[in-house]
Amino acid sequence: MSNPYVPLFILLALGFGFAALSVGTSLVVGPKRYNRAKAEAYECGIQPSPRAEGGGRVPIKYFLTAMLFIIFDIESIFLFPFAVAFDQLGLFALVEMVLFIITVFVAYAYVWKRGGLEWD
Amino acid sequence: MSALLTVAHGIPALLAEGKDNPSADFSDTPLWITVIKALFIFVYLLVSTLIVIWFERRVIGRMQQRPGPNRNGPFGLLQSLADGMKSMLKEDVRPKAADALVFTIAPLITATMCFIAFAIMPMGGEVNLFGHRTPLQLTDTPVAVLLVLAIAGVGIYGIVLAGWSSGSTYPLLGGLRASAQMISYEIAMGLSLVAVFLYSGSMSTSQIIGAQKNLWFIVPAFFSFFVYVITMTGETNRLPFDLAEGEGEIVGGYFTEYSGMRFAMFFLGEYINMFTVAALATTMFLGGPLAPPGIAAINDGMFNEGWWGLLWFTIKLWLFMFMFVWLRGSLPRVRYDQFMKFGWKFLIPATLVWVVLVAFFRGAQNGWLGEGGVNFFGRTFPVASLALVGVVAVGALIVGWWWDSRAAAKEAAAADAPQSSIDPFAGGHPVPPLPGQTLAEPTRTAAAIRSEAVTDKEAIRG
Repeated sequence: MSNPYVPLFILLALGFGFAALSVGTSLVVGPKRYNRAKAEAYECGIQPSPRAEGGGRVPIKYFLTAMLFIIFDIESIFLFPFAVAFDQLGLFALVEMVLFIITVFVAYAYVWKRGGLEWD
Repeated sequence: MSALLTVAHGIPALLAEGKDNPSADFSDTPLWITVIKALFIFVYLLVSTLIVIWFERRVIGRMQQRPGPNRNGPFGLLQSLADGMKSMLKEDVRPKAADALVFTIAPLITATMCFIAFAIMPMGGEVNLFGHRTPLQLTDTPVAVLLVLAIAGVGIYGIVLAGWSSGSTYPLLGGLRASAQMISYEIAMGLSLVAVFLYSGSMSTSQIIGAQKNLWFIVPAFFSFFVYVITMTGETNRLPFDLAEGEGEIVGGYFTEYSGMRFAMFFLGEYINMFTVAALATTMFLGGPLAPPGIAAINDGMFNEGWWGLLWFTIKLWLFMFMFVWLRGSLPRVRYDQFMKFGWKFLIPATLVWVVLVAFFRGAQNGWLGEGGVNFFGRTFPVASLALVGVVAVGALIVGWWWDSRAAAKEAAAADAPQSSIDPFAGGHPVPPLPGQTLAEPTRTAAAIRSEAVTDKEAIRG
């Protein structure tokens, strides 16, 4: 086996084949009975609330969380190579890692102080 | 204290032996064997899912003093199969307002992505398969663990797109909640794994297993293990963190509008994801297919070879499954803001500090912080490790004291503050009191008195 990523695609094909097959079969086998109420949005039996054009607006806090995620996720990704090559790099890696994490903590403290981590 | 000293001495000694581990050898694995192994993993996951759904309902049933499903097959074992067949024969409803294409694709993404991550999990040692010597692992790459995190990230798309494309309020809320929840806990999850990489010096799963030959990483990286277990519960939307599908608040969350087999795909994806995160926990912290310490020593490591690994791996996996069910049986759902606060304000900084600590210990163990040793009880302890243990103990005491005094001050302030009272019916709806508030007796309305009078009359009538 030459390429280690080939098996991933075999498994991907198996998974997709299974999912598509079972959804497809149920489309063929399942009943289709029209009912106007069935095609409406489910809101526990009350009249569904009207939908805004294009999906409507989303609270800004979700956007904020996504932005913070990108910052801190990239940070943790940077820590991975540090950790893997730690033994080869020597004391340099330790000092560098601590400096990097301190820098990140400054940003983290700033975000906390500005209320970026408050959900309400 | 002597226990701490043993830890400071013994763990580095055990870990030092596990350096330079060979990665799994796939040189004797032709493509057709790979296909067979892929099929095996696929069937293993499907069967495990069918069993775990039954297992969860049975165990939850026992915990709630009822039998659980027991009609289809022996002990109700065929219940999940029957449920699957039933959802196959159900109508596949698509709401009018839904986006037709995305609505169809979303469950397919979830159901496809959940299988892939299992490819890199080492499920056993090397075995003979049709005349070829091959490890019980589909594949391994130098960045295998990163691959799992990446695939989990793609899996979130299925949920978000399902919520967005349904054209309905509750799925949209559920999808948004799920995305925010999963990305928030993914950071802490990634950080908790850094400690393991520090000890093993590799991201390849087979090398990580090799590094745990002498000591499972749950011991030297115990805090990472706790963080990982919490985040994996959050990542898979399991109770007490199932806010994305809280049925009391947003019906079903992102899959509210789904029915039939498409709903079953989400169900399948969720349960296979449980197996995936549990398998990663097993691989990273519990030695994966390695036999438990006592058994591993029997007969020169006989139980660590070949097919035995599959048994240990499966047992460890099912311990996690039982933990998932146990959590669901005993804990109520947390509030969303508490959940986010816990992730962002505790897990992330605490894990970062822990990573620095582990890095220092690793450095001390490599002799970068001085080579001196002290003799205690006839053993030699490295000075640097002892100094680190001391610094950490003092630091923990200081933080604990600060925390305690702050909590005491807060309590005193709360006791002094005047109790505010609210009228529960002020806005026309009954509102429960918040912490620190007391209920004002509502002034009784004429209607309330009249209704009470009716009740009295009924009481006389019997």
